[in-house]
Amino acid sequence: MRIVAENLTFTYNKKSKFSVDALKDVTLTVEEGSFFGIIGHTGSGKSTFIQHLNGLIPVEKGKLTVGDINLADKPKTVKKRYKELRSKVGMVFQYPEYQLFAETVFEDVAFGYKNFYPESSEEELKNAVFSALSLLGLGGDTVNKSPMDLSGGQKRRVAIAGVLVTRPEILVLDEPVAGLDPVGKNELLKLLHNLHDSGKVKTVIIVSHDMDEVCENCTDVAVFAEGRVVFKGKPKDVFANGEEMKNLRLGVPVTGYLSEELEKNGVKINTDFTRDDFVNKVVDFYKNNR
Amino acid sequence: MLSDMTFGQYYPSKSFVHDNDPRTKILLLIVYIVMVFVAKNFLALFLALVFLAVTVLASGVPVTSVLKSIKAIIFLIVFTAILNVCFYKPKEGDTHYFWVIYKEGLIAAAFLSLRLVALVMGSSVLTLTTTPVSLTDGIESLLKPLTYIKFPVHDLALIMSIALRSIPTLANETERIINAQKARGADFDSGNLIKKAKALIPVLIPLLISAFRRGDELGDAMDARCYTGSKTRTKYKKLTFTWRDLVSFLVTAVFLTGIILLNVYSVEVTAFFMSLWS
Repeated sequence: MRIVAENLTFTYNKKSKFSVDALKDVTLTVEEGSFFGIIGHTGSGKSTFIQHLNGLIPVEKGKLTVGDINLADKPKTVKKRYKELRSKVGMVFQYPEYQLFAETVFEDVAFGYKNFYPESSEEELKNAVFSALSLLGLGGDTVNKSPMDLSGGQKRRVAIAGVLVTRPEILVLDEPVAGLDPVGKNELLKLLHNLHDSGKVKTVIIVSHDMDEVCENCTDVAVFAEGRVVFKGKPKDVFANGEEMKNLRLGVPVTGYLSEELEKNGVKINTDFTRDDFVNKVVDFYKNNR
Repeated sequence: MLSDMTFGQYYPSKSFVHDNDPRTKILLLIVYIVMVFVAKNFLALFLALVFLAVTVLASGVPVTSVLKSIKAIIFLIVFTAILNVCFYKPKEGDTHYFWVIYKEGLIAAAFLSLRLVALVMGSSVLTLTTTPVSLTDGIESLLKPLTYIKFPVHDLALIMSIALRSIPTLANETERIINAQKARGADFDSGNLIKKAKALIPVLIPLLISAFRRGDELGDAMDARCYTGSKTRTKYKKLTFTWRDLVSFLVTAVFLTGIILLNVYSVEVTAFFMSLWS
């Protein structure tokens, strides 16, 4: 499923003194199979944009299609397809562990599945829940625990499993690693890559303001600022706009700062800003100039 | 959806009414309520509404914001009006229409509805023009005398301000959780009442948990700053009466006198207006 947005515009509290233009003429395509990063500050419109993707915010102006679903259609027509859309586009909000409510992990993960497939058998439900939990590396013994008894990282994985249980084709995560410790961070990102690489989830979209995280993990990037998309493309092209990124107060990955410092000292390195590539280029330079 | 619920929320602006001392506004609201209840006839009630209109004009708050407050109690108004019409005890000389409907009953119901509307709009003007913080400051200051009978005024004011402060936060949180559960296919709009109530469980439980968590964190944060609520605490913003408050009191006094006079001399005043008419 491809996501195509054209001139998407949205205003909060329209007609009021407090109206806020959250999105202004956003034109953006997210190809199927990409690991897409959305960067921007709080209030840059990124959250508003992702909430459009599964109909939590209806399209007000402009065009938006997700797969073959035209979200800019008449409200009545679109509403009929919300259920289908929401099972295809999984949405993991910021701090998703705060949405856990059921008595056991099983019940909580099953919630989404029961909502989308009320006619399914007990057997199918069990299969779906257990496979979702195992995708996130949660073993069988957690199933009957109360979600409140788990650690922060585990809670978050349960919450993500609760979204994955319906087998979405697109998984959207708003700051998935916020508040996790470095180990938990890496683990979760690795899990997301596994899901993506194995084709369990075709497209992954993550929202972040950590440039390193985006640079290391994403195939494509879009930078939001004040409701507009200011840069989009491959990470190495986007982060090549070092000055502008700094003016937006977003900055560049650590590798970007390092290459700048090196350049000031007369060493020009042409890196794509990923850690491995940067190290290789530096090693090459060192070897060639010894 | 939730923005409808938070009616009467502070409307940030600068105006004569905004700049009044919160204590003045609270006291004058009480006077206004007295006005509305003292008014015995439509003419007197009309004068109270004129007072309200003057206040709204002086506050610069859009009339629609004030009117919105009625939306919340529309059910109550209709309900009381119907009860009043149905259970009207007819007196000698009343005009009977049909069944239990009397002309005087209809008039009494209309009067009562108007009274309710006036009350709600008046109170909404107070919350629209006063920040929750200064409102509680005002209440605390007005209740000060109660400290002599060991009433914990300061604690009460603190609880109130925390509660008021939590409303927008919890409203935001609710919206977030609703969105998260909607994304997981939760349906809050269809089904019968029981089904709808059940659909709210996945919202209420996380909300309750996070409210407790927030409360806990707030308590810790206050402890960390050695908050004890002691008597020696000083205030950053001291409340002071100014000429504005004096003007407000005078204007209100004029209106109150007017209403009392209208109550007594309603027949004469009506006759006077009638004579002007012809």
